[in-house]
Amino acid sequence: MKEGPLLSETSAPAGMWRDGRPVYDRGDTVCVIGAGASGLAAIKNLKEYGFAVDCYERETGVGGGWNWRHDRSPVYATAHLVSSKPLTQYPDFPMPDSWPDYPHHSQFLSYLERYADHFDLRSHIWFGTEVVRAEPVGDGWDVTTRGARGGAERIQRYAALVVANGHNWAPKAPRYEGQDEFRGEVAHASAYSDPAQLRGRRVLVVGAGNTGCDLAVEAAQQAAKCWHSTRRGYWYAPKYVLGRPADQVNDLALALRLPLRLRQWLLQGMLRLTVGDLRRFGLPRPDHKVYETHPIVNSQLVYYLGHGRVTPVPDVARFTRTTVWLADGSSVEPDLVLLATGYLPQFEFLAPEILDPDADGRPRLHLHAFPRRYPTLAVAGLLQPDSGMFTLVHWQTVAVARWLRLRESDPQRAAAFWHGVATSPDRRWTQARVKDSTRHWFEVGHTRYLRALQKLLDDMSPAGSAEVAA
Amino acid sequence: MARPSRTRITRSREWIYPPPPVRREVLDAQPEVDEGKPPVLFVPGFGHGAWAFGEYWLGLTASRGFPAYAMSLRGHGASGSAPRSGLRAYAHDVVQVATSLSRQAVLVGHGAGALVVTMALARYPARAGVLAAPVLGGFGTLGAALWRNPGGTFPAIVGGPLRLNRRQLFSREVPAATARQYTARLGRAAPLAQWQLLAHRAAEPPVGNPPVLVVGSPDDRVVSRSALQRAAARHGGAPLLFPGMGHDLPLDARWREPIDAILDWLDKSAAGADRGPLLGYERLEPDRVADPDRP
Repeated sequence: MKEGPLLSETSAPAGMWRDGRPVYDRGDTVCVIGAGASGLAAIKNLKEYGFAVDCYERETGVGGGWNWRHDRSPVYATAHLVSSKPLTQYPDFPMPDSWPDYPHHSQFLSYLERYADHFDLRSHIWFGTEVVRAEPVGDGWDVTTRGARGGAERIQRYAALVVANGHNWAPKAPRYEGQDEFRGEVAHASAYSDPAQLRGRRVLVVGAGNTGCDLAVEAAQQAAKCWHSTRRGYWYAPKYVLGRPADQVNDLALALRLPLRLRQWLLQGMLRLTVGDLRRFGLPRPDHKVYETHPIVNSQLVYYLGHGRVTPVPDVARFTRTTVWLADGSSVEPDLVLLATGYLPQFEFLAPEILDPDADGRPRLHLHAFPRRYPTLAVAGLLQPDSGMFTLVHWQTVAVARWLRLRESDPQRAAAFWHGVATSPDRRWTQARVKDSTRHWFEVGHTRYLRALQKLLDDMSPAGSAEVAA
Repeated sequence: MARPSRTRITRSREWIYPPPPVRREVLDAQPEVDEGKPPVLFVPGFGHGAWAFGEYWLGLTASRGFPAYAMSLRGHGASGSAPRSGLRAYAHDVVQVATSLSRQAVLVGHGAGALVVTMALARYPARAGVLAAPVLGGFGTLGAALWRNPGGTFPAIVGGPLRLNRRQLFSREVPAATARQYTARLGRAAPLAQWQLLAHRAAEPPVGNPPVLVVGSPDDRVVSRSALQRAAARHGGAPLLFPGMGHDLPLDARWREPIDAILDWLDKSAAGADRGPLLGYERLEPDRVADPDRP
């Protein structure tokens, strides 16, 4: 009956050994790594399907990257959601009606905390505990943990493992020629949290992701001077179109099943009419159609370009002592360079071959969630959707729970089902041909991805085969 | 009305047209000592407001150790007016109030509020669901209402208010004066919601596999005994019946019996401790898995 972190009651005395150390058997318990938004959904859904769950979280609170108190949190003071509430929230735990369309990150953290309390998830979480290693053994997993501030290692055996360690905490920072001689400050956006860091300085923001654009806007408001360096021309979508949150309008076009070409034509036309031709502000023309890169949602960047508070510049070429040289041969002299160049997924506790990486080291997973060789392993939240994330993560983790349940209750169907997963080809879940880059390989279109998940869920429902016939 | 057998996860309509925010009336009664029992949220039927539960059930529920809440759907009671709402907006109201509570809640719907609760159960993984004298709609309900009370029912067909009389709502044990007081407090549901009562897409199966109880009275003049049985069968059980009572179980003279039975059932099936998978998979007997979306 007892669940959660009361080991003395739950663990069988060690009867197994690994490298000379005892292994505590946790029986049918499922291990979840990380208590961020994805991990919480995993705990809740596994619990709902009757599993005992142990979750390890190296920080002392829930929320992962959304918890600004955490060292590795990427959020900055003025960060707001870029997708509206209905397309962002867990589908079974809507955000309050009294909140704005695009809540502030601190509201989102309180949302996650309320979710954890409402479904009583904290009793399953070991805070301040990090996972050092997770190794497959038979059908299960030996998980080695340690206090986040050191302490003895401990090995426990779990029936299944759900990896929900997030992908926005390991900064991806390019190295430029001459960067070491540069006398100004160079920092990754992850180190930025407070507008006071920009006040009165001459700031160069590198990168045109959602973070880069937010930082450029903040620098426009706070800094003495702001340059914004982008590699190519982008489409900047406003947060509202036609008086409604832009993603809701976009989903109307999706729900009407308008073909991609038509949607591209409509959205580009709408952007041309409302945002206008960005070349007037000195930005390059987008070299791709809309929907072919991760959407950038920022109403204010263009506004500050129009005020001359942001000066667009091309890609950075190299640094000298006081100067940053740009790709077109011009130069700027900032005293702070902020690299909003993104993050890389990292699974340092797993042997690399477990996630079946391709030549570039990118995990190859069915639906970005299921490694094809380890049926008791799943990755939650390794997605870059064109909508909010948590609706997708919710259904992903429901699928994981349902899959693990099916394995137990109906091995025959489970085997047939797994054969389908193991032999499924890699595919993208986007409609447009998305640019290939480190932030785009796990880009998904939310409707397309959800349709695939729906099929998965239906296939795994107890009356699955009968239902297909009906 | 075919019952959808699966939970649809692409919910474009809900994403594109979220119901507009509205002020919501919530009454509550707290137990003296927090015993860790789940909160119980009462959802009144059409025309009724939170007051219908505030009379008796709210206090009794709290006295038995459950934090008790009663809400008014939009356009009802002291909630904000919303003349153009439908059932989806009502279900949204229920989920909004349920998720605002500190723990996973039990949803108790009465009358057409039970229909709203079945829709809310398809969205929010409640601890348990209770359908009291559930009006799940359809033309049979309309026929019965037209037969009993043509004058009060007919206007609803053309978008006017549905006016149920005291003969439909209460047993003879309720003094006429009291019954008149209650009927005078009744409001109305939005026209769209009234029409949707006749024809709507049936609710998807409940999420999170909650136990569901149906209670009612065989002498209910709004919901027939066979309708109660059908409703209970959908959730794999039989209805709990209280002969001699009218439709408005929470306001009838013997209001104490059904609520005591509901709370007994909760104590047994869902309320126990506050932790662990109470509605665990392993509790399902095979023949209760009528619903393919359940694990």
